Amino acid sequence: MALIPLIAAAAIVFGLVLKGIDRIVAARMQARIGPPVTQPFTDIKKLLMKENIVPRNSVPLIFNLMPVIALASALLVILYLPIAGFPPLLEGSGDLVLVLYILIFPSLAMVIGGFASGSPYATVGAQREMVTMMSYEFPLAITAVTTAWLVSSAGHAASFSLYTIATANVWALVGPIGLVGLLLLFIALLFVMPGELAKIPFDSAEAETEIAGGLLVEYSGTNLALFYLTDAVKTVAMASIITAIFLPFSIGPLFGFAGNESIAAEIVFYILKVIAVVFVGTTFARVAIARFRITQIVKVYLGHTTAIALLGLALVTADVLLGGV
Amino acid sequence: MGISNLNRSLWVFHVNTGSCNGCDIEIVAALMPRYDIERFGMKLVGSPRHADVLLVTGPVTMDMSAKLKRVYEQTPDPKVVIAVGNCGATGGVFYESYCLDGPIDNIIPVDVYVRGCPPRPEAIINGVVKAWAKLEKKEAGK
Repeated sequence: MALIPLIAAAAIVFGLVLKGIDRIVAARMQARIGPPVTQPFTDIKKLLMKENIVPRNSVPLIFNLMPVIALASALLVILYLPIAGFPPLLEGSGDLVLVLYILIFPSLAMVIGGFASGSPYATVGAQREMVTMMSYEFPLAITAVTTAWLVSSAGHAASFSLYTIATANVWALVGPIGLVGLLLLFIALLFVMPGELAKIPFDSAEAETEIAGGLLVEYSGTNLALFYLTDAVKTVAMASIITAIFLPFSIGPLFGFAGNESIAAEIVFYILKVIAVVFVGTTFARVAIARFRITQIVKVYLGHTTAIALLGLALVTADVLLGGV
Repeated sequence: MGISNLNRSLWVFHVNTGSCNGCDIEIVAALMPRYDIERFGMKLVGSPRHADVLLVTGPVTMDMSAKLKRVYEQTPDPKVVIAVGNCGATGGVFYESYCLDGPIDNIIPVDVYVRGCPPRPEAIINGVVKAWAKLEKKEAGK
């Protein structure tokens, strides 16, 4: 348990570095130079020295409490995730379903904080965020349940544990039809990622050009810094979930590493995998596509992404029932 | 004044108080690949609550003057106000028009005036740097 503050600090630092990399890569894709990697750290330092305004229309207790809850719950998710192939710190006391539930908390805290800030822009943003959450939750649940069922039908106990799923390596459990199905589920999960993290093209809840920052419109100073950190940690959490389910490969055996060497290699490999997932899931998407309207978000998630996920589910089911044809 | 004096994380909120859109286009030009102010950690934000710098353009029409004051009050301290363009400094071509409450310093305190009609993006970036240096001097003197 002494590891908890260490892991929390590491998750925050890694999340901020990921944000820095994301900004540089996005800038390079737009033929710009972009800020230094340390830019998010500078932003945080600056936000912490700024005035923390609580608007007169707001409900101060809820308004000030929600950023703390958001960051705390985002950090809690990290403790339930297998990082770099190691069992999660809280292994045994919670599984994939719990992770999906806690993952809702940061967004929910932002919604409640938005409603509590007493601004019409924040209210619009909060309602949009709720609609987005309801839309992406279904394909996310399909993906989670399908992989867990696949792992359980392969004879693993505790199949809803992310660590079991990560060590079982879902790609090794299926035949060619199942491979296609898993690939579709992987794509569906990558679609969910920018929605979960409120990034373009699914950021209509925070659209600064139309509703002035949406949920966060009244937040300033320390509270805004906490939401900024929440976003960073959530990026790590979401990328780690995708890595654990669909990219559970380890590099140690490949090069014949052992002991400490192997641990170091796994951690480096995990960092590279997360950077790759973040690049595909958020950076590339947000540079390549413009922002969707809220109606289009619902259509994309409940229509297209759900269709992809259901097709994946059907193919994986067929594969398991037919015995890996 | 070296660039190292600039606090490298300035979030900019742009207020148009009746500008002809000339200065606004130059502000956007400063974001684009040729000048790319994100190199210095600056970015445009959508809410004055997130801002460190108010870039005010336009001669301040009567309609906008109360709103400008409100935006200024909504911005958390420490903050810097920059008047971009001739209109904001003197009224420019709209000087002594019947529908003006401006120039900007009639309504809110201005730290730096960037002159030009419209000013070049270099001038705007230079103005932001000067404004921050002024703020740092003020903080140090406290």
